[in-house]
Amino acid sequence: MQNTKENIFGDSKVKLIDARGPRFSAGITTIVLATALVTHSAILISIQLAIFAIGALLSPAKTPYAFVFKKFVKPRLTGDVPTEDIRPPQFAQSVGLIFAVAALLGSFFGISALFTVAVGFALAAAFLNAAFNFCLGCELYLLIARATKR
Amino acid sequence: MKSLLPLALVLGLAMIYGIWYQKSRGRIKSKSPAATATPTVSPAEIGSDFGSRVTLLQFSSAFCSPCRATKALLADITADLSDVHHVNIDAESNLELVRRLDIRSTPTTLILNGNGVEVGRAVGAPKRDQVIAALAGVASIK
Repeated sequence: MQNTKENIFGDSKVKLIDARGPRFSAGITTIVLATALVTHSAILISIQLAIFAIGALLSPAKTPYAFVFKKFVKPRLTGDVPTEDIRPPQFAQSVGLIFAVAALLGSFFGISALFTVAVGFALAAAFLNAAFNFCLGCELYLLIARATKR
Repeated sequence: MKSLLPLALVLGLAMIYGIWYQKSRGRIKSKSPAATATPTVSPAEIGSDFGSRVTLLQFSSAFCSPCRATKALLADITADLSDVHHVNIDAESNLELVRRLDIRSTPTTLILNGNGVEVGRAVGAPKRDQVIAALAGVASIK
């Protein structure tokens, strides 16, 4: 028997996407951020910042990485398509965007430590997502809500 | 080419955290409360009656993919069990309860006995056989 006080998944308007797309994108993001961390490249971070911005503000399914997934990877995959709500990966892209902005500010003002720490956190999240299917929204969102809301 | 140390440090720490994450998420931890323990929550707080034997109290949020899968799994398991209720509530709109019960991430599922006392909890999406085993381990109070 099931009872729900607030069925937070009862909303049929929620957009579902192929769950493998964001994980593939996290893999490419990991490589880009790892390279940026080693080379201290402001150009690479700027590119990744733009991609995070598309994912956060438009949709994680509209980034160039998602395009590569749809065009070249998805046609080669077989089996059932696992779907997921678009909001969790969009939240993760927003967090990535904040770290990319911090990293670029660090680079612009010559604060090397800020660049390294910000890229490091973004890299850790992307790597955990790609390798362990880590859900950033699950771990972070409630802590933020607990800390900021009454 | 700059130092490789930050990269090695980040990937090493993330790897350790990731292995812990994968092992801990979804595992059901049992608790043995005293027989006189007061109810963890009240039916009014969760907006539902308790199941006569078990209530599975799931906390979810919008930015959480496994919450959806967990909701479907628990609804499926409890569909045929008249003495077990599944209640899914939005963590964000129940922050007072979330703080009191120290819910830190979603999905978190509390296993409550017939009196509403917490006898176990799973952080992350639990596995079907583990939920069934945990349900079997909770005796009826009445």
